[in-house]
Amino acid sequence: MSGIIAEKLNEQGLQRVASKERLTFFGLTLPYLLIVVALIIIPVGWLFYLSFIGRDGSFSFENYERMTKSRAYIRIFITTFKISILTTLICAVIGYPLSYFMSQLSRKWANICMIGVLIPFWTSLLVRTYAWLVLLQKKGLLNNIAIDIGLISEPIKFVHNTTGTLIGMVHIMLPFLILPLYANMRSIDRDCLKAASSLGATPTRAFWTVFFPLSVPGLLAGLLIVFVLCLGFYVTPAILGGGRVIMAAMKISSNIELYFSWGAASALGVVLLIVTSVILFIASKLVSMDQLGNRSAK
Amino acid sequence: MTFNVIKSVSNYLTIAGMVMAGGIANADDTLRIVSWGGAYQKGQSLGIFQPAAKAMGITVKEDTYGGISDVKLMVKSGADKFDIFSSGAGNCASGGAEGILEKLDYSVIDVSNHLPGMYSEYCAGADIFSVVAAYNTDTYGDNGPKTWADFFDVEKFPGTRAMRNNVGAQLEAALLGDGVPMDQVYEVLDSEEGIERALDKIRSIKPHIAVWWSSGAQHAQLMKDGEVDMTTGWNGRFDVAKEDGAKVAYDWQTGIMDWEGYGIPKGAKNKDLAMKYIAEMMKPEYMAEFAKYITYGPTNSKVYELGLMEDARALQMPSHPENAQHQLTLSTEWYAKWRTIASEMYTEMMTE
Repeated sequence: MSGIIAEKLNEQGLQRVASKERLTFFGLTLPYLLIVVALIIIPVGWLFYLSFIGRDGSFSFENYERMTKSRAYIRIFITTFKISILTTLICAVIGYPLSYFMSQLSRKWANICMIGVLIPFWTSLLVRTYAWLVLLQKKGLLNNIAIDIGLISEPIKFVHNTTGTLIGMVHIMLPFLILPLYANMRSIDRDCLKAASSLGATPTRAFWTVFFPLSVPGLLAGLLIVFVLCLGFYVTPAILGGGRVIMAAMKISSNIELYFSWGAASALGVVLLIVTSVILFIASKLVSMDQLGNRSAK
Repeated sequence: MTFNVIKSVSNYLTIAGMVMAGGIANADDTLRIVSWGGAYQKGQSLGIFQPAAKAMGITVKEDTYGGISDVKLMVKSGADKFDIFSSGAGNCASGGAEGILEKLDYSVIDVSNHLPGMYSEYCAGADIFSVVAAYNTDTYGDNGPKTWADFFDVEKFPGTRAMRNNVGAQLEAALLGDGVPMDQVYEVLDSEEGIERALDKIRSIKPHIAVWWSSGAQHAQLMKDGEVDMTTGWNGRFDVAKEDGAKVAYDWQTGIMDWEGYGIPKGAKNKDLAMKYIAEMMKPEYMAEFAKYITYGPTNSKVYELGLMEDARALQMPSHPENAQHQLTLSTEWYAKWRTIASEMYTEMMTE
């Protein structure tokens, strides 16, 4: 009898401790939650609301209807996704071997390589973009040298087009891919590869069946960061695209000037947000996000 | 003791009162003006803003801004950042149509000597600039494109071009290039078909358009670096680039005259003083002084009549009668009516 009472009391005590603990954890996350609500949820919600306000101040779909009237909007969205996907893929093709190479080096040499990755990362985006313009334009350094040594007779059009935009964006985005990928590769247990070899796998087979799958979480994290950052890019395509590459962010800015209203611009942002969410949702179905989360946590 | 406290409190109040009175008096004779920065605002500041402020015995604080959309956002959000802004006539007209500007009081501001059309309900014209077709003299020598027809003729004048990334003055150029007489340009443009005709003209040379420029600094750089062989752009920028050694020339036959002026945002705190200050800035001596810094001509015809400018310098101004006679004057009414529609159509053409 008394044993049951004691058990009950104990249970109540445990519950109290547990709820107190939950409260403490909630208290710890509170500052972050407040920041998210105040700086992200409220402004985004407000812009979402404004996108449904017409020129006369009443509820209206005119900011969305406009996008269906001009084919320019759909082309701008296609360009935005095309450039973002291409940049992401090129970053992966360049960044993966580099990260792998760095992860195989000794700590000392890997750190020296990392400085090479980080120095451009710390340089102003605008400076780097203009530097590319100086290097790559028609009478720029690269074309002049190539013509002087007789490699080409006519200057190659590197900038003021998609090529220039991609060069500039890949250069800026590469560290965002390399940093999470390299951290992930460093944490992969070398003994797994040794075990594969001892079981008779060739180095190629060991790489593809053991190392690569273990590096996927880092790769996916990097790809995701690069892709999402690309979608909102403004400065680099505006300068290196020469007006021939128009991305969503540029149209958002020109719509503010054209219609004098936040609504006209935020409608574009809402569409971009929805399309991006849909794409990421599909991607997460193809590659399980759970898996990504679990492995990254490990 | 008590007496001392009362005395020091009253002293303190007196001082506070003086400071406050000073503060109010200070606000009464201080104006805030915004413009575009760079070589342009430097000329305005040294030639107009500060000398005019000195003459009136007031303080004028300067800043830069991002255009008429900044005025709209300021007025709509009830903020109070500046009393006067410098703006292109077309943007000023659309701001007026949006109801975000104060009507200018022309009984205070004297525009009796202004060139025809160089002031409007919401904008008092201050300087005149032109959009021209500039070409590289290394590529074409002295026989460069002299008219808009030449600019659009890729057979006669092979080479890369640049045009603006928005509609401003580009459709007029295209129609002039298509053989529309100057006095019928805005008649033709007064319908979507007319706008489409102009866009088709641009489409016809689109493979030769290497860059769509977005700023005056950019088109000056494009010419200086030889990135393109010809471009549309503002005459003053090309003159400055030429002084810097760029191989660039242009002909006034391609000129499309536009003007810049001053406006007052709706509800400006110091509206009456702002009005008087604009009146002061309209005087010919300030305009003559401004034109020493950049080749943007005066709107006040007295500058020429009083001989306030050296002849050689005067001949460089878009508004000099010798130059103005060849040029089309940009229609602010057309922009107030068609700007958004034409802009969307222009973007569509660019993204094709």
